Amino acid sequence: MVAETNQPLLLRIEGLFKRFQDNVVLDGASLNVPRGSLVSVLGRSGAGKSVLLKCLANVVQPDAGSIHFDGKPLTVGDAAALADFRRRCSFLFQSNALFDSLTALENVALPLEQTTDLPDKEIRERSLEALRQLELEAHQDRYPSQLSGGMQKRLALARAIVTRPELVLFDEPTAGLDPLRRNAVFAMIAKYQRQFGFTALVVTHDLTEALIASDRVALLDKGRMCFEGSPAEFTASTATVVGDFRDSADALGRTLAAMRRGEALQTEDS
Amino acid sequence: MLRTVGRYSLSIVHELGDFALFTGRSFRSALGARRLGRRIVRAGFEQGVRCLPVILIVGMFTGLVLGLQGYYVLNRFGSEGLLGTLVSLSLIRELGPVLAALMLVGQAGSALAAELGIQRNTEQIAALETMGVSTHAYLVTPRLLAALVVYPMQTALFVTVGLWGGSLSGSLLLGLEPGVYWSSVERAISAPDVRECFIKAATFGLLTISLCAYHGFNAHRCSSATGARAVSASTTRAVVQSSIIVLAADYIITSFLV
Repeated sequence: MVAETNQPLLLRIEGLFKRFQDNVVLDGASLNVPRGSLVSVLGRSGAGKSVLLKCLANVVQPDAGSIHFDGKPLTVGDAAALADFRRRCSFLFQSNALFDSLTALENVALPLEQTTDLPDKEIRERSLEALRQLELEAHQDRYPSQLSGGMQKRLALARAIVTRPELVLFDEPTAGLDPLRRNAVFAMIAKYQRQFGFTALVVTHDLTEALIASDRVALLDKGRMCFEGSPAEFTASTATVVGDFRDSADALGRTLAAMRRGEALQTEDS
Repeated sequence: MLRTVGRYSLSIVHELGDFALFTGRSFRSALGARRLGRRIVRAGFEQGVRCLPVILIVGMFTGLVLGLQGYYVLNRFGSEGLLGTLVSLSLIRELGPVLAALMLVGQAGSALAAELGIQRNTEQIAALETMGVSTHAYLVTPRLLAALVVYPMQTALFVTVGLWGGSLSGSLLLGLEPGVYWSSVERAISAPDVRECFIKAATFGLLTISLCAYHGFNAHRCSSATGARAVSASTTRAVVQSSIIVLAADYIITSFLV
């Protein structure tokens, strides 16, 4: 089910299909991503969210289906279209994928050094600017292993935005984080998405945060997009698969709320 | 049985073809590479300066042993005066290029395979791909080009230190006149020997660095293991295959040039 939007589309995915041996991961997934919006793709673990994103980033080749970026199809073998897409798109890996032997500044400068002909001085200025915007300027000479988890996430975002992309793909940005950090990371994504004006496509299984921060949400289940619409429409949806996902997330939410209350009590005690 | 042999043969041919394409792509990537000079200097530092101690130590001990063994063998025939010839020809034609290459495989090659394997494992290579960076041009090409220069330089150093080692054990410890030793060295070495030495060193550099990069770069395709074990397995395979290819290539080059 692909919902139509009135806004101009930056990305259009139609009938994406991908299988690994006998395992069908994407089974005709379709999605519309309006320009300038923050779209979250929800789904349980193993639903095919990360594979969808890797197909978009061209790390994994889809078996069938089409991807249109800014109205132009991304065809396998069309090097020029692919190069143009990569120039205008950034990918934020779940693991951050920072270069551990490079400093923070070198990490941010790398895409500019290797994909543009800008002079060294300008590359340094733009990299420092990106670090400053992500409040990491003081840590420019540190290696990723010397930074905290949140700082590494921000550094990965700084590297992603330094090329001034139109589209940023986020692969499970909150995976493995505690509830408080999850909120902080989603807030960071929403803040910088509005500040820099890029279009964001986030795959996640964090329902609460996604509903608060996103302009649109989609639900991927068994390789198919079962729902696509606004957060309000998602909340009001009576579709069984949406209800099931909401219920499982609610159960998790109750547990997390209890955990938060426990933490608050501990804090008051101390 | 026949099917197994056939399947195994096909997989070897497939891997050889894949390796040849990988090496070819790495050289071709040099054409559009950005800021390649800096990367070559850095790779040269890793293969050159960092491997210097092991080259100097092994070169010295090789020369010392050659001097010692050669002196006692030649002494039986009353030909100690030819010690310089024996040491210099052994080093320049065979031991210098082969041992220097094996030392560089052990230090720079294994480090390269492990580094690329970890980068593959931690999605750093995938990140480069999504940025539109040519992974071959950034990760492999500088190392290959550096190896073409560094391996011959390290070999020359190995031979020089080895000659001094031979002189130490022959002249200083066993009493051979230094003048006799060095004059026989000078008489023995000819331009074709030096050329053969450098051809071998450059070939070994190209083959071993390319092979180590190939295994590290494709660590995720390791069928027998995943994760850290895949890195370990690919590094081991890189070192073992590089060592074998050095000896095999040495035989082939020698049979053509002798």
